[in-house]
Amino acid sequence: MLDDFFVRALLVGIGMALVTGPLGCFVVWRRLSFFGDTLAHSALLGVTLSYTTEINMALSVFVISSIVALILLKLQKKTNLPADALLGLLAHSSLAIGLVVIGLLATIRFDLMGLLFGDILAVNVNDIAVVWIGGAIILMVLRIIWKPLFASTVNYELAEAEGMKPEKYNAIFTILLAAIIAISIKMVGLLLITGMLIIPAAMARNLSDNPNQMVIFSIIGGLLSVFIGLFASLEINTPSGPSIITTGLILFILSLTKIKKKSQLNN
Amino acid sequence: MTQQNQTLVKLENAGVLVNEKWLVRGVSLEIKKGKIITLIGPNGSGKSTTAKITLGLYKNIEGRVEKFTNKIAYVPQKINIDWTLPIRVNDFMNLTSNLKKEEIETALETTGTPHLKNKDLKSLSGGEFQRVLMARAIAKKPELLVLDEPVQGVDFNGEIALYELIKKISDTLNCGILLISHNLHVVMSKTDHVVCLNGHVCCSGTPIDVANNEKYQELFGKDISKILSVYEHSHDHIHKIDGTIEKKEN
Repeated sequence: MLDDFFVRALLVGIGMALVTGPLGCFVVWRRLSFFGDTLAHSALLGVTLSYTTEINMALSVFVISSIVALILLKLQKKTNLPADALLGLLAHSSLAIGLVVIGLLATIRFDLMGLLFGDILAVNVNDIAVVWIGGAIILMVLRIIWKPLFASTVNYELAEAEGMKPEKYNAIFTILLAAIIAISIKMVGLLLITGMLIIPAAMARNLSDNPNQMVIFSIIGGLLSVFIGLFASLEINTPSGPSIITTGLILFILSLTKIKKKSQLNN
Repeated sequence: MTQQNQTLVKLENAGVLVNEKWLVRGVSLEIKKGKIITLIGPNGSGKSTTAKITLGLYKNIEGRVEKFTNKIAYVPQKINIDWTLPIRVNDFMNLTSNLKKEEIETALETTGTPHLKNKDLKSLSGGEFQRVLMARAIAKKPELLVLDEPVQGVDFNGEIALYELIKKISDTLNCGILLISHNLHVVMSKTDHVVCLNGHVCCSGTPIDVANNEKYQELFGKDISKILSVYEHSHDHIHKIDGTIEKKEN
């Protein structure tokens, strides 16, 4: 069964959606979508590193993304620049460095399109293992840190005052984000991974009135995007990663008709 | 059961310097089990800062803070709940603890808000939100309770009832309470110890001591300070939290 490229793609997509669902909710709640983008952009550098040193790609992307996240934390403490300017600085400079390094490695042939947009139809059994094992670890850690992380998301000071150690759990969450980017970069590419995190969660927000519900809807939205997107890509021959994201967008637009309790905000 | 008079937190000469400006400096105070300490002072005098020092929210402080308990509940001055986060009162009650359904309901009843249990947190009015914050803190059964202006947005009768409630909490839970209030005259009769701040400790002592203190009178004006003693009379009725009045049983 695993011989079939389409089955492999489905398996990887399901594994990803199960993880991006809950993580994406936190990305939306904590307003980290640009942060996710920055980590994803820096992933290109990680990919080039893996080509030059022959380290596993997921591992090198994870290491580079984590380093960029740490640099960001340091810069935030040291400078007076607003977070979005720092994020832009890191995102584009790490992307640029990545491209420069690719240029220097003229001897190696790069599938740049594959890196930017992913190629979920080209995954092998190894990739499935990376996504499922890595994903299981991410979900397990997220389950353990859920309570303090959620508390610090609602209110940092309250969480800190009541002994939830928000700084520690925010850092762990950042590492989880770097990890999901690392394991899914090959499937949806560095330009689309943040979409996979945010779009199902945004759709879920429209349909939920409590956090647990939003997580569940977010997972369902991600799974539907993968199923429909992949089948569409097979049937009408569209690129697979973008088809998944486009499906997510369509689900989001449908969810707009069912927005919960928005009216209360307006009066 | 721990003993009465046990110290929960002790501040010694505590101060915070932010952007080369002292928010507050030289604060010493001690919060004990079963006692209510009230911080008063004008805007910007360092009341909230002192509360945050007590809670350990500042990393670099001058002086010393010694904490002898981890069972802490905090009612901050304000909380902004982001629209991106769907959260009901019920979820919020469990934010930093794992409470049983009955515990949540009892706490909400104490602050007169059981009907809000399944409401979206963002749909609450200022006063309702304040009571939910309070209920959440009580439900935790803390040893130390820090209340930063807990009566904001609560109407006057509700305000008195909330202060009665604070006194009741202190008695029943036997916890230490650090209370910040701008409404001096209402809060005073329930307080064991008052610290008057104005960037530093301006004066401290029992409510009567402070009210009679010259520095205090200078800070607030004689007229306001006179009101203090007025409220110290005993009630023959109870203002319930929903605003109704009930005869006190003897």
